[in-house]
Amino acid sequence: MDFWFFLIQVLNGVQYGLLLFLVASGLTLIFGIMGIINLAHGAFYMLGAYLAYWLARTTGSLGAAVLLSLPIAAAIGYGIEALLVRTLYRRDHLDQVLLTYGLILIFNEATRMIWGADVHGVAVPAALNWSIRLTDTLSYPVYRLMLSGVCAVLAVGMYLVITRTRFGMWVRAGASNRDMVAALGINVKLLFGVVFALGAALAGLAGAISTPITSVAPGMGDSVLILCFVVVVIGGVGSIKGAFLGAMLIGLADTFGKVFAPDFASFTVYGVMAAVLLWKPRGLFS
Amino acid sequence: MEDCKGFSRRAVLRAGAVVAAGAGGFVPTRFAIGNTAKVKVGFLLPYSGTYAGLGEAITNGFKLALEERGGKLGGRDVQFIAVDDESNPAKGPENTNKLVTGETVDFVVGPVHSGVALGMVKVVRETGTIAVIANAGAGAATGPLCAPNIFRTSFTNWQTAFPMGKVAVDRGMKNVVTMSWKYAAGEEAVNGFEQGFTKAGGKVAKQILVPFPQEEFQANLTEIASLKPDGVFVFFAGSGALKFVKDYAAAGLKSIPLMGPGFLTDGVLKAQGDAAEGVLTTLHYADALDTPENTSFRAAYRKAFSKEADVYAVQGYDSAQLLFQGMGAVKGDAGAKAELIAAMEKAVIKSPRGTFTLSKAHNPVQDIYLRQVKGGQEVVVGVADKALADPAIGCKMG
Repeated sequence: MDFWFFLIQVLNGVQYGLLLFLVASGLTLIFGIMGIINLAHGAFYMLGAYLAYWLARTTGSLGAAVLLSLPIAAAIGYGIEALLVRTLYRRDHLDQVLLTYGLILIFNEATRMIWGADVHGVAVPAALNWSIRLTDTLSYPVYRLMLSGVCAVLAVGMYLVITRTRFGMWVRAGASNRDMVAALGINVKLLFGVVFALGAALAGLAGAISTPITSVAPGMGDSVLILCFVVVVIGGVGSIKGAFLGAMLIGLADTFGKVFAPDFASFTVYGVMAAVLLWKPRGLFS
Repeated sequence: MEDCKGFSRRAVLRAGAVVAAGAGGFVPTRFAIGNTAKVKVGFLLPYSGTYAGLGEAITNGFKLALEERGGKLGGRDVQFIAVDDESNPAKGPENTNKLVTGETVDFVVGPVHSGVALGMVKVVRETGTIAVIANAGAGAATGPLCAPNIFRTSFTNWQTAFPMGKVAVDRGMKNVVTMSWKYAAGEEAVNGFEQGFTKAGGKVAKQILVPFPQEEFQANLTEIASLKPDGVFVFFAGSGALKFVKDYAAAGLKSIPLMGPGFLTDGVLKAQGDAAEGVLTTLHYADALDTPENTSFRAAYRKAFSKEADVYAVQGYDSAQLLFQGMGAVKGDAGAKAELIAAMEKAVIKSPRGTFTLSKAHNPVQDIYLRQVKGGQEVVVGVADKALADPAIGCKMG
């Protein structure tokens, strides 16, 4: 077992996990705080990717495209919350699943109508398009390192916002006792709209910054969504800390599963989920 | 929500334009006026997911060929019924039944995914519906499961990969790692290459198979780098192909020649950019083929759909040509199955890929070209194998 080989595989797993966390964090926020099962979360990931692809072509800069796609994804998220999701808070999960599943179909079809069914790629920005040589054969792409850095910073930032700020306090309070928070004069409607927009923006951001290392295609959010649910369930619904640990676990399990147990690669992730849930049925932090 | 309004209005306009161009609009017209009923052609193709673009290209190619020939099959108007097969093998039989028994189509055209094709074959072997496989390369469909009513205008997975084995050895590669998705097409292509490669004296260092349709390749790329092979042969297509080629370059593996069947670069070459430079592929077609048939086909396709044609469009185009010749021979009498099948077996298809005929097992006997990406363009280096027929092991026809 070569040390460098092992190290790079750990890096691969951590990077994959960080990206998963970025998508899953928005899902766990919406799921845990508002009690909404949002199947359309993966659609926001796809939307972010398409917006970044389209804006990168128009502006010629991926950085600008990512920054521009964020408010658009957030605005669309806010609009969908105000128009559709708002009616679901007091209804059961089945209605939520039905509505948000419909949204997936609409999003997938809309992207196909607007951008076509072709697969698109976004070039890695020239400044980041190189690799760090670690040994004579093994090297690591810089863009992926940068990606991990961005995801890590966001993870810490989000944790601080939720645990240390007034906004975070409202969000946590609104989640545990909505009526009481409303009675204290906080606009809960607006608060939930903002949380939903934030979740959409996080998923959109994940989609946007991963465009150089993924293919932009209709339905690209679907497989991501499934993994995100796995991450959220492992971590415990509503827990940012749990989502982070869950994502790391899944990223590493998937990576090492592929290398050391290729025949089981398609279900290592679910094996890990089953093991965690046997030990802690409600997830790691609930 | 001005955003959303703008989007949907634009989408509606765009969709309207497409319908006007005669490309989209899968709404079957439900009024049969006159005495000749329409010929029903069912498309069993992916219109969503990783292979959505391929399904669209096949559909476009088919409709283009038909339009160029007056829009009729054997003198009868044509009605299209499209089913999204979702590239889901589990739903293959069910979706085929939707067309075959639900809509009683005269012909089924499709699918892209080999797993779906096997499900389709199972159904049409029982119903006797004439099926034209417009992409899926599953060997069994024109092998152990071959049948008089099953035709293919594309390739077998073996056919697109086997010739590369000799090419690799000729280029001095002794140790090669192979990789693909773990499903019929991937395994058949990789095994086809390995057969050709070991026959020519090469040695396979390792065969890596990853779950379909996963596109997270980092772990395996690290593994490939640590094995230090002389070359890497992979089968990927669609968005997976785009991603693999980009990840391969980003992982610093460009010094190791990358090979594969042409799906590795077809239709995604522009999106791959510099990463695809130098990639060697074998395929029964190349965009850059300099023949009158190909030049005029590509111009017509560009004019009709304002995008570039690819191998999938060619296969759709030739599927229509095959049906056109068959239906022409029986003057539109789709009920005359034996004569119709005999005519289709004898068809000589003037394809953009070069003229081809069908083997006893109903699979094209065709040249396999060797192509390489140079300066962002797919260049035809030569012919890797002339008039190659699939061995069709297990087929009892002919």
